[in-house]
Amino acid sequence: MSGHATYEFRNPVVRWIDSRLPIFSLMKAQAMDFPTPRNLNYWWTFGGIAATMLVVQILTGIVLVMHYTPHVKLAFDSIEGIMRDVNYGWLIRWLHANGASFFFVAVYIHIFRGLYYGSYKAPREVLWMIGVLIFIAMMATAFMGYVLPWGQMSYWGAVVITNLFSAIPVVGDYIVQWLWGGFSVDNPTLQRFFSLHYLLPFVLAALVFLHIWALHVPGNNNPDGIDVKSEQDTLPFHPYYTMKDLYAILVFFLVYLAFVFYSPWYLGHSINFVKANPLVTPPHIVPEWYFLPFYAMLRAIPDKLGGVVVMFSSLIILFFLPWLDRSPVRSARYRPVYRFFFWLLVLTCIVLGIAGSQPPEGLWIPTARIATAWYFIHFLVILPLLGKLEKPKPMPATITEAVLARGGH
Amino acid sequence: MSTMTSDVSRRDFLYIATGTVGAAGTALALWPFIDQMNPDASVLALASTEFDMAPLQEGQGVTIKWRGKPVFIRHRTKKEIEEAKKVPLAELKDPIARNLNLAADAPATDENRVKDAEGKVNEKYLVQIGICTHLGCVPLGEAGEYHGWFCPCHGSQYDTAGRIRKGPAPRNLDIPPYRYISDTKIVIG
Repeated sequence: MSGHATYEFRNPVVRWIDSRLPIFSLMKAQAMDFPTPRNLNYWWTFGGIAATMLVVQILTGIVLVMHYTPHVKLAFDSIEGIMRDVNYGWLIRWLHANGASFFFVAVYIHIFRGLYYGSYKAPREVLWMIGVLIFIAMMATAFMGYVLPWGQMSYWGAVVITNLFSAIPVVGDYIVQWLWGGFSVDNPTLQRFFSLHYLLPFVLAALVFLHIWALHVPGNNNPDGIDVKSEQDTLPFHPYYTMKDLYAILVFFLVYLAFVFYSPWYLGHSINFVKANPLVTPPHIVPEWYFLPFYAMLRAIPDKLGGVVVMFSSLIILFFLPWLDRSPVRSARYRPVYRFFFWLLVLTCIVLGIAGSQPPEGLWIPTARIATAWYFIHFLVILPLLGKLEKPKPMPATITEAVLARGGH
Repeated sequence: MSTMTSDVSRRDFLYIATGTVGAAGTALALWPFIDQMNPDASVLALASTEFDMAPLQEGQGVTIKWRGKPVFIRHRTKKEIEEAKKVPLAELKDPIARNLNLAADAPATDENRVKDAEGKVNEKYLVQIGICTHLGCVPLGEAGEYHGWFCPCHGSQYDTAGRIRKGPAPRNLDIPPYRYISDTKIVIG
């Protein structure tokens, strides 16, 4: 966001407002004229898709709150009321429930795109770190939202996750009681989760704003991972990328809405249609799919505190990624060895996800342990070593040269 | 020059004093906002529950609610008691009784697992909080390799005295504070 824009708008009202609050110049400079690398591929559309999903979640969420009652005696029934009685209640609820899943789909692809093309490297470290914060805040929001329907999986998910904090030595039990507002997960817990579930999306929106601000200082990374050298390397954001993003959003919505309309509970667990019962734990409790890799790490470690530490470390480590990866080359296009390890990491995360969905027995335990170990080895050993040992492929001098060499225009 | 210096130090004093009062005030104002999340008076009021174990037949167990938590009360069979007594303490993952009625370091003998607040022992009746010490699920009774309790969430196994034997749970099942008010009647809490 550089300096004052000097653009003179033709419309006198716009000009009058803009000279007092330069919001139109800002929008023009940042959302329309913004110079964007000309070689961005479709993997770059997932940031915009994720932002769109946040908007969908906020809009559907505000509507759901008009009909939902956050009380242990009424929550479950009010959800059924939304499903059966409220006009289009079923649609709004399924949009929201599946919207959470597809928000994660978009964000996971967005994160792995960043990993593949080295988007976390200088000068985009702060941009990346804000992204990690967004990811963590989003996980907290999703977790608390899942508790609100007060089904069996809601309840026991809340019990297990809040109990993670009891692993903290000495003060753990007090922290858990403080989180619960009682001696077990109960009405006070439900009400505070509801309050925070309403608050956090707006915190997320603020973080997304900072994320975009941090993006607009250096500008976008790109598939070749080389800096923009001249205007020739760029296109104005509007209409080139607004339309490309919109097209991708529409295709993404096609898949998202296919779930909403044809298989709205495919990603859920039927046990959540049973009202919460604090005296009976369902035989097989699992979190939503987007938490499974982390859940697998938690269970892989045979020690309570150890499991919790490892699980949280898997997120914290991402903050340090810009300094763990020592290679000066950003894009995996020019890093053949890194490219192999990138796909191995993707595979590791998928294996962790599957292990997390299975009961903790038999071969799944060693599988989860090996995958957990590899996740950390990738970041702590492989990346620093590759920076020293890998020989990158020759790189084009400019983005334009790279585009033309591939026969583009 | 001298008036200048005293002026500056007066200003410094006011500056630091204002900042300190502001920071201390903010810190103090924070406490009510933190403490409001702790268990409130109505939650604390539900502190004790009475239960008569006489109707329980040998081998029968019930789960009752105390402070919103499940409490397992089991009339153990002779075989279960023998099994629990046979285990040497050295074999236990958690050698401490975890009985809130006893000293914090009391060893996890079978006797210490069934002792009430006044030292009374009725080894038939095992009273424990039915919450897995790993991440808070409710274990299933008469299950697992040790014929005690098995937690379906992450696979912890407890023996017939509710002691952790295998799996990720760090501690034996907790024994709540309770005392006998007759041969079979107890007050929990």
